[in-house]
Amino acid sequence: MEFKVPTMAELMAAGEEPEILFWVGCAGSYDERAQKITRDICKILHHVGIKYAVLGTEESCTGDPAKRAGNEFLFQMQAMTNIEVLNAYNIKKIVTGCPHCFNTIKNEYPGLGGTYEVIHHTQLIQDLINEGKLKAEGGESFKGKKITYHDPCYLGRGNGIYEAPRKALEVLDAQLVEMKRCKSNGLCCGAGGAQMFKEPEKGNKDINVERIDEALETSPQFIAAGCPFCMTMLSDGIKLKDKEQEVKVLDIAEITARANGL
Amino acid sequence: MVAQIIFLVLTLAAIALFTVNLRKIIRNIRLGKPVDRHDQPQKRLMTMLRVAFGQSKMVVRPIPAFLHFFVYIGFIIINIEVLEIMIDGLFGTHRIFNGLGSLYNFLIGSFEILAFTVWISCAIFLVRRNILKLKRFSGVEMKSWPKSDANYILITEILLMSAFLLMNAADAKLQLLGASHYVNAGAFPVSQYLMNILPSTESALVIIERSCWWFHIIGILAFLNYLPYSKHFHILFAFPNTYFSNLEPKGEFTNMASVTNEVKAMLDPSFVPAETEPGKFGAKDVTDLSWVNLMNAYTCTECGRCTSVCPANITGKLLSPRKIMMDTRDRITELGQNIDKHGAEHQDGKALLDDYITREEIWACTSCNACVEACPVNIDPLQIIMELRRYAVMEESQAPGSINAMLGNIENNQAPWKYSPADRFNWAQES
Repeated sequence: MEFKVPTMAELMAAGEEPEILFWVGCAGSYDERAQKITRDICKILHHVGIKYAVLGTEESCTGDPAKRAGNEFLFQMQAMTNIEVLNAYNIKKIVTGCPHCFNTIKNEYPGLGGTYEVIHHTQLIQDLINEGKLKAEGGESFKGKKITYHDPCYLGRGNGIYEAPRKALEVLDAQLVEMKRCKSNGLCCGAGGAQMFKEPEKGNKDINVERIDEALETSPQFIAAGCPFCMTMLSDGIKLKDKEQEVKVLDIAEITARANGL
Repeated sequence: MVAQIIFLVLTLAAIALFTVNLRKIIRNIRLGKPVDRHDQPQKRLMTMLRVAFGQSKMVVRPIPAFLHFFVYIGFIIINIEVLEIMIDGLFGTHRIFNGLGSLYNFLIGSFEILAFTVWISCAIFLVRRNILKLKRFSGVEMKSWPKSDANYILITEILLMSAFLLMNAADAKLQLLGASHYVNAGAFPVSQYLMNILPSTESALVIIERSCWWFHIIGILAFLNYLPYSKHFHILFAFPNTYFSNLEPKGEFTNMASVTNEVKAMLDPSFVPAETEPGKFGAKDVTDLSWVNLMNAYTCTECGRCTSVCPANITGKLLSPRKIMMDTRDRITELGQNIDKHGAEHQDGKALLDDYITREEIWACTSCNACVEACPVNIDPLQIIMELRRYAVMEESQAPGSINAMLGNIENNQAPWKYSPADRFNWAQES
């Protein structure tokens, strides 16, 4: 990267505190596709000049997949360990690159002693646009391009966030088209509830294929996502349909970074 | 006088029987684990008014919402008429409220129009179920009793409304004949069209009017006692069910306090846990679920909105959130019957997990909350699925192999995949 991503340890050593902690998440850290999104979120943070930091190697799984799989022990072990780290660094505000991390830290950590202001990266982008710090200029133009947005369950139904991601796309002056099942009625990509880590049960279709079929009905040029798991499922679906050339699946952070030439 | 006594006995018997059955259901619900849902009473009241009274979650599907609204309003408003029937029946009066004059005419006229719309709506519902065969009303769980149950309800409502209108038609005709006892009261915007099919002799009309009157009220009392055996119970339980529904974000799953103590003790040896109740983690049977889960089960009217939006069910998997609720209800009903027959200590060797709900079903869930969102009365099938998973994983260590591998990775590498924690920050090295 063209700039150095600051870690909490470094900031602390310099006696400084960040305005916001960027919680990268496991997918964002290890999954090659999601790493690109992570870097784009950093580029946005760097571009607008927010004082931020990441935990780097001190970060650890929030415990979300363990909890959804029914292993509350492992979840709480992870949660309490993370809360200890976050509290030691006196963290007040967190932005996550993943709706699952977002939901877990925001809703399930407070009961275990970790209370922070938590936002998802699409909310951060919306805030930055509202504050006039972020526009859609100096980069690729999405003007008039057909974009359809897929609601991640843990952002949408799970936490009622439907508008922020759409507002982040509206600034592009693109043509936003909704899928038949959207917002509170949005169809899951098939990865939630720890499904990401297992083969699906016997059925007649994969959930991500059902979703991609619906997305393709809107004949989009871009499918916008806001979750690394959705990203995997939707990209797999597009590959399976052999539509990789015509339709790109991009995270809203990637679209924002591209539109601003970051 | 004889009629009044018969009426009184029938009414008291019906209310007594209903009370006995209602108390059994409440006793069964109390077999569930405690959970506090008495916080934020104002917000709870508003939720109930909006979702149950206001039917706010029905509007997502406009056609059934429209038809259901008529049946719902009809049910509530025609109950004013039942009040008059009760008084007339007990005191041998006829149309006791006719002193209200033009207001009375307005009320009776409104009841007639509502009765007619209820009739039409129920007929359309029957067509949707039996002729159009809407997919939502089918599924493995909708065979035999649940299928008949729905039809019995609709047919009964049609019969009750028919009796009501026929009674009014006979009454109106008797009023025209100037029959004694039949005071001039009421407006009959619908039943006036039925007058022509009725005989014109006073004695025949009296028989029809009385028969319909008795059929209507006995039908209502019988229907009241049908409710505890039927999915139609939602007309009562929709209200407490929405009042006690979850007010937290849907994405938030409960943190198990029993686990918190153990984890705290593990991380900090000096930690002395507060009093903990021993017991199993998660749910194997319905008594391991919370009372709210069990109330949910009794409230379910099997409309299938949950199953029709479930991504697993849509793609042909075995999971159906409606079946989760029906299985839970059937199992708690069975446990209640066991208590009645054999006493509270009786064990039948069965459980919700495996005897009713299979592992394949619980592992097909994506926890997407579509079922919870879709339920018009705020039932939460996801919570039951999660409790069953918790039991399978924490008590039995029985999860699909790849899930166990993922859990092992989190435990060893702090990530669900097998990567080294030392490589966690490598993403920043590349462009």
